Formats: sequence, C-alpha cells, structure tokens
Amino acid sequence: MIIAEKKPIEEIIEEIKDFQRILILGCNECVTVCEAGGKKEVEILASALRMYFINKGNEKKIDEKTLERQCDHEYLEEIRENIDDYDAIVSLACGVGVQFAAEKYLTTPLVPGVNTVCLGANEDRGLWTERCQACGSCVLAKTGGICPVSRCAKRVLNGPCGGSTNGKCELGKDVDCAWQLIIDRLRALGKLDDYEKVAPIKDWSTDRAGGPRTVTREDVKI
Amino acid sequence: MRLKCPTDFRIIRLPCTGKVDIIHILRSFEKGADGVFVVGCMEGDCHFDQGNFRARKKVEQAAKILDQIGVGGERVRMYNLSAGEGPLFAEYAIEMDKLIRELGPSPLKIAKNKKANAA
Ligand code: SF4
Ligand code: SF4
Repeated sequence: MIIAEKKPIEEIIEEIKDFQRILILGCNECVTVCEAGGKKEVEILASALRMYFINKGNEKKIDEKTLERQCDHEYLEEIRENIDDYDAIVSLACGVGVQFAAEKYLTTPLVPGVNTVCLGANEDRGLWTERCQACGSCVLAKTGGICPVSRCAKRVLNGPCGGSTNGKCELGKDVDCAWQLIIDRLRALGKLDDYEKVAPIKDWSTDRAGGPRTVTREDVKI
Repeated sequence: MRLKCPTDFRIIRLPCTGKVDIIHILRSFEKGADGVFVVGCMEGDCHFDQGNFRARKKVEQAAKILDQIGVGGERVRMYNLSAGEGPLFAEYAIEMDKLIRELGPSPLKIAKNKKANAA
C-alpha cells in the first residue's frame, strides 16, 4: 500500500490560518491502514485545529469527512454538493488523492495533511518499510522476490556492491543489504544458480525517468 | 467502603482502558473539561494483555497534541491501580483535582468566555 505520515500540526495550521471554513477530508484506504489519514486521524486533527483556533480567539468552522477513496471520481463526487461551503480542504489522502481532488475542484484550495512516503508494507506495529518503487518492469522473478530497485540504495541489478558487510548495507547497520537478502532467498529456494546469471540492462523507460506514467487499457474501456 | 473523593469530575466507564482513544480525550476538552485522567489496571495485569499500555500511548499522544494547540499536555494523565484499590483511586482523583485547580480553567474555556463577554 501507499505509506504516508502525518504532517506536523504546526505546518497544517500555517497553511490554513487564513481560511475560515475548512473541511478535513480523510481516505478510507491506504492512509487509514497506515494510521495517517483515516477517519480517526480526521477526527483528531479536526478537533485539535478547532481548539487551536478557539484558543487563538479566531474560531473557525472545521468539518470532517472521510471518503472511501480519494483517487476515484465516484467517491470524490460525494463532496461536490457541499464544496462551496468550504474555503479550503485539508486532504489526508496520499499525494494522488490530494491532486485528484484538486483537479476536480478547481477553485477550492487543497492542502495536504500527510507526507506520502513510499509503497511499503506494515512490517510490525508502528513500522512501515518500503518494498517497491513502481519501476514499471518488475524483476522480482529473477531476484528471489526481493526488490533491488527499492531496497538497494544504488539500485544495482547485479549485486551486491563492495559496501555490503555482514549482510548490512554501507548506509548503516540498520539497513539490510538487499543483495544479501536476495542471495539468502535464492539459496532457500534452491536457485542459487540464478545468481550467477548476469541481469541484462534494465529498461528504465518505464521508470520515473521516462516522465509521468500512464496505463491505458482498451480492454476495460467502455 | 465510603471514601472522600472530589465531586466535580465525571467518571466514564470503559470495558478496558485499551478502548480509550486520543479523540475521546480531545473531545472532553472540546466539550469543556479542564483535565482528563485515565485510570487503568496495573501494567502487566491487563485482562486483554496490552490495553493499559495502549492507553498510556494514547494519553501521551493526546498530551502532545494538547501542548501543540496551547491547551497544555499536563492536563491529561494516566494512572494505574488494581481493581481492589478504591482508596488509591480516591487519592489519584484528589491529586488530579489539585493539579487542575492549580492550573486553573482550560485556556479553551477562557478564550470562549472572553469571546462571549466581548459580544
Ligand atoms: S487516495 Fe491514496 S490513500 Fe486513498 S485509496 Fe487512493 S491511493 Fe490509497
Ligand atoms: S522491481 Fe520494480 S516493480 Fe518490481 S518490486 Fe521492484 S520497484 Fe516494484
């Protein structure tokens, strides 16, 4: 899923201080699961902001709503009826949701309430770690199911590099060497022979370097 | 057992302090509370294993938010005791009551009153 992190409340205050009627808009999907922008976080942020502004002698109307998703037309349409009741929206969705809402409601300022961090997994309670950078041409079949693009700082495809020490990356001892993980997994799979095969030059045109990416599916278009 | 206990706080009963969420604490302040204290079982004795640890985390987070918005994180506290310790409950209530009296009314109330008086 998409991993996001709450923005510091001070930063949000700074962005919205000049608006009077504000909607805090959550998203029920990724950001709910990583506890950054779901219904609970919407309630907490809205309550905190209401109190902050009352305290400052500048009471504001701050409402709450959480949509099923903010990256789909149909759900974003749910706020169309009330959009003019607000001077600004603080969206707690990922950057995708914020932008999609901004495109839809041209004249309403959109403020992001979270920092979108990566595509990752919930490794442990309170710990989310990156697993994929959406490179657009997945090599996991060749690398024992471990991604050298997102988990190797240098993105080397025939690793490890010379900095790998005792299974750790030269970035620091808290960072696993992705290539050590790959070798360990290939060994567990009995496919260590695969490690000897030199990976061809990767097609990076599907990665971000090729500009913004699009998926067009004629088969699902109506 | 009859115990002397401050009367100006409201007890909200929960099945376990693990049920306490940050929003419950914040809403109490929004609704006019001057302080909130959460009383859970002894750490390590939670019937649901980690409920009181969760509560402590929630209380800490709520305190942080209250600090950030100028209400004051010291107005929320977590206490632990075992179910049989009625006198200790009373003691904690007295302690909290004293603390809040020292701190005075919530700044939120003061701001609201100021606005009402100005109107
Ligand atoms: S808007 Fe972002 S957080 Fe919400 S469902 Fe879509 S991708 Fe996930
Ligand atoms: S190889 Fe590319 S698509 Fe596959 S997991 Fe890594 S970044 Fe994601």
